[in-house]
Order: sequence, then C-alpha cells, then structure tokens
Amino acid sequence: MNVVPLSYYLGVSALMFILGALGVLIRRNPLVIFMSIELMLNAANLAFLAFSRSFNVLTGQIFVFFVMTVAAAEVAVGLALIVIIFRTKHNIDVDIMSSLKG
Amino acid sequence: MNLTLILFLILAAVAVASAIGLLVSRNAVYAALFLVLNFATVAVFYLLLGAPFIALAQVTVYAGAIMVLFLFVIMLLGAEKLPRAVGLPWQRPLAIALAVILTGEAVFLLVQRLKIPVLLANPGPELNSTATLQSLASALFNQYLLPFEVTSVLLLVAMIGAIVMTKREKGEQG
Repeated sequence: MNVVPLSYYLGVSALMFILGALGVLIRRNPLVIFMSIELMLNAANLAFLAFSRSFNVLTGQIFVFFVMTVAAAEVAVGLALIVIIFRTKHNIDVDIMSSLKG
Repeated sequence: MNLTLILFLILAAVAVASAIGLLVSRNAVYAALFLVLNFATVAVFYLLLGAPFIALAQVTVYAGAIMVLFLFVIMLLGAEKLPRAVGLPWQRPLAIALAVILTGEAVFLLVQRLKIPVLLANPGPELNSTATLQSLASALFNQYLLPFEVTSVLLLVAMIGAIVMTKREKGEQG
C-alpha cells in the first residue's frame, strides 16, 4: 500500500513551490500573483502532510489547518486591496502601482 | 508496479502541468481554473497521505470558497486580460534563470539527503481513517486551543478589514 517514498512527495511539493515563485516573479496581473502565492502555500501544505505521515504525528495536519485559515484571511484582504486599487487607478497592472516611488 | 505509485505519478503530472498552465495562461479566468484543478489533485494527494479531513477542507475552503472569491473579483473587475505593458526587459529571463537554479538546488538536496528513498510509515492507530478525525479534534481543542482561538480573531479582523476597505464613502464617485 505505502510504496510512494517521501522524497517523491517532497519533489512534487518543491516543483509546485518553484512554479509558484516563478509566477510571482514574471506575471504582471496581481490576481495571478495572488494565485501563485496560493500555489506556494499549497506546496508547503503538501510537504507538511507528507512529513506528518512519514513521522506518524498529527501536528502536521493541524498546522495545515492553520495555514488554510491564514490563506483565506489573506485572500480576503488582498482581493479587497485589489478592488480599491482598481477603483482609484482603473487599472491593476503591478507596474502602474508606483506611487510610493521616491 | 504498484497501483498507488501509478496513481501518484499521474496525479503528480496533473499537478505540475496545471501549475505550469496557471503560469503561462494569458487569461486570468483560465489561470484560476487551472488552479482549481491543481487544488483538486492536491486534495487527492492528501487522501493518499491518510488525511481525509484536510482533503475535504481543501476542496471546500480552497477549491470552493477561495477560488470562487477569485473568479468573482476577476469578473467584477473585468481583469481577465491585461493589455501588454512594457515591463523591465531583463526581468523574465532573470526570473526563469533563478527558478532553474532553485530547481537545481532542490533536486540536489533531495538526491543528496534522501539517497535511500524513505518509505512512508504505515499509518499507526492514531492516523487511521476514522480515528484520525477524533484525534485531530482532540489535539486541536486541547493542545492547540489558543492558536485556534487566535485564528478566529484573525478571520474576524480580515473580514472587518475587507468590508471597511471596500466600503464607499458617502458621495464618492466610482
């Protein structure tokens, strides 16, 4: 039954995390950047659960639970920010948000 | 070849492919749908790892609530396609090069540290299907009660913040 090695799960998790980081770096749409952040959080969750199973402890699952809650809160606030930025600038391209530049 | 391993490999391919799809799709709605697919495959990973509660929470909270919020905002703002802006020309190649370096480091670490593939432990009595939920709940409400309560405060603050920020002032145009 349990033939999938831990390192395979860690490999998938690492790949997903790297793709998420790449998305944050190269995309211009803040909504897609947010989605990439969610992808990275998800990759971290996968690693947590793989280790939790590997060491046979429940703490990993509880931590994943908290990560999910924090992600939900983060998305709510982030999307609200995007909505008000769109309302004032009528564009949400991240390159345009440079008002704080010195 | 074991059935679980085959299932894992297919799911891994789907997860990575949908992540790449999120990365390259021009339309933000397609990106969101790719992300939903990714969340669903990760939920099946959680089932394989013996965490049915987390898998269902993943489907309802992530693929359900969060992604609906995303799609709602994308369609509200009409932001599915942004006009091509002139960014920094060297940013994209540099980002890809850095990602390749990071991948190399991850592969190196995995090969170096885990030369012998570590097999996953058999689920003990604590991690076994129906007992999991009970022990998860008792750990959450005894040992981790304070973080749990802090989480509720965090959610309340996020909710109030989102409402206050998006509330229109009286007489404001928009």
